[in-house]
Amino acid sequence: MIALRDVHKYYGDYHALRGISADIRPGEFFSLLGPSGCGKTTLLRVIAGFEDVNSGSLMIDGRHMEEVAPNKRPTNMVFQSYAIFPHLSVAQNVGFGLRRLPIDEAEKTRRIGEALEMVGLAGFGERAATALSGGQRQRVALARALILKPKVLLLDEPLSALDKKLRENMQVELIKLQRQVGITFILVTHDQEEALVMSDRIAVMFDGGIAQLDDPETLYRRPKTRAVADFIGVMNFLPATVTGEGDGYQIEMPGLGRASLTADQAPGAASGGPASVGLRPETLTVLFEGQRGEREVEALVEEVVYYGDMTYYDMRIEGVDDPITLSMRNVPGRDVLERGAKARLGWSPGALVLFR
Amino acid sequence: MKGSGLRIYTLVYLVFLYAPIVLLPLFAFDKGTIIAFPLDGFTLEWFRQLADIPALHGAVKTSLIIAVSTAILSTTLGIFAARASSRYDFPFKGGIMGLIMLPLVLPAIIVAVSLLVVLLGIGIELSSWTVILGHVLICTPFSIAILNSAFLALDRSLEEAAYDLGETRWSTFRLITLPLVMPGIISSLLISFTISLDEFIIAFFLSAAEPTLPVYIWGQLRFPTKIPAIMALGTILVALSILLLAIAEYFRRRGIARTGGKDTGGFL
Repeated sequence: MIALRDVHKYYGDYHALRGISADIRPGEFFSLLGPSGCGKTTLLRVIAGFEDVNSGSLMIDGRHMEEVAPNKRPTNMVFQSYAIFPHLSVAQNVGFGLRRLPIDEAEKTRRIGEALEMVGLAGFGERAATALSGGQRQRVALARALILKPKVLLLDEPLSALDKKLRENMQVELIKLQRQVGITFILVTHDQEEALVMSDRIAVMFDGGIAQLDDPETLYRRPKTRAVADFIGVMNFLPATVTGEGDGYQIEMPGLGRASLTADQAPGAASGGPASVGLRPETLTVLFEGQRGEREVEALVEEVVYYGDMTYYDMRIEGVDDPITLSMRNVPGRDVLERGAKARLGWSPGALVLFR
Repeated sequence: MKGSGLRIYTLVYLVFLYAPIVLLPLFAFDKGTIIAFPLDGFTLEWFRQLADIPALHGAVKTSLIIAVSTAILSTTLGIFAARASSRYDFPFKGGIMGLIMLPLVLPAIIVAVSLLVVLLGIGIELSSWTVILGHVLICTPFSIAILNSAFLALDRSLEEAAYDLGETRWSTFRLITLPLVMPGIISSLLISFTISLDEFIIAFFLSAAEPTLPVYIWGQLRFPTKIPAIMALGTILVALSILLLAIAEYFRRRGIARTGGKDTGGFL
């Protein structure tokens, strides 16, 4: 659908995109995720045609796009500011792209009504665009971009201006909308949670390059680098020594002891160099009376952060320099541990990820 | 009382600034032919007299032609310059914009004399066109200042959105940019019109047989019997200028409010 091959982009001396290669599939919800300044918005604007590439190729549907202007590309964009035309009504905004199509007024009116209905704004057509709330503007921007039935919809941080509740509702609505229209969505976001919730696949970007491109689960469970692991969710890092490798890896960790890992637990796969292992907070558990863990270690509760449904503990383990963060679901009948309490921790070698 | 010194200063300041302007209508409606207190009574005679002076009508016509031409030319140039400076980065941008804005601070008499020397030097005869030339020079910086605030208030992604939805660069400018900066354009037209209408020094040096209104007024001041009528004329001009400036500022503010931007400039 979209094929990027070794795309480079410079702003003067600044190397904004450093050899981007990726294939985006038809009908896929694809996210570009990364911190600000990583090049994700630049890449989106390259696909839209607002930025030229210095080298490399961009193909959409098997056609080269490097020399094609934005108004001739089969892509439409939802801007971060929504870019609602303030001097036009809602219907005029939504129908803006139809102006050049060879269709009559009745057909235009029908399509505008259809688009407004799709985003849940039926009956809002005659309102002034400036009289809308943030969430409604967002819907107008969506309807306006979808009315031309583009092959690809580009979304530049579309939810960042909304408050938390509205944002979560819109995430679900966007997923439904994408299934309904069946076209490729490319979303730019700096919010890892949003990317995990919405995407079929995610490209994590740092410093103008793609660090890892995978589905959300692989990205979360098998991050290739410490940087990716650190950016997505919470990850504890422990130093480790690799004592043997063949089919898998034998490692030794201070505090936790020895463990055997399978080959796929080191998705980064480089050999040599100082090693470390990563542990997600939810793969660790506090063991209560009578419970057994696959592996166990003594720990001291150093900090307690209560979230209502979850509690996060910082646990001190003998021989480990930094405290380890662990999360527990709060269930009736189990008290939240106090600071300074002693506890047994259960962990499992299968949940470790090895980085080198 | 605390701050009373500042109050007195403010009061004196305002009296010095505006007392002459308040005196103008006062004597314009006064029966006496000598400009002095005490006043002799109310009359509209001086305003009526204005209708009987053909030379005055000629000067009004000349001034209107010059002011309208100046407004259109300087606003057109201002649109190009403001759009370029608000959207693009180019070499020596600061220096170039500084040079364009320079007439704002140059003494008008220096500009007038320099222009006169240059025009005579290259053999161009003085006419209404040479006055328009001089007025465009001093009005363009005002146009740019007003239009810059209009263009800066315009979210760039509005233009990109239209381009993205299939419009060309030109139709985007026509359908999106132009309507959104239109209040700024109207404001620029009105302000440069007002400046040109009131301007004396450049018009005095660069006009030929057909004087503009301020030049005509200056000529009439030699005849004491004409002075009450000039007061009436001055009153009309002041009222007109204030009205036009107020309308201009209204349009400028409305434009910024409409595009949802912050007010970053303006003169009032």
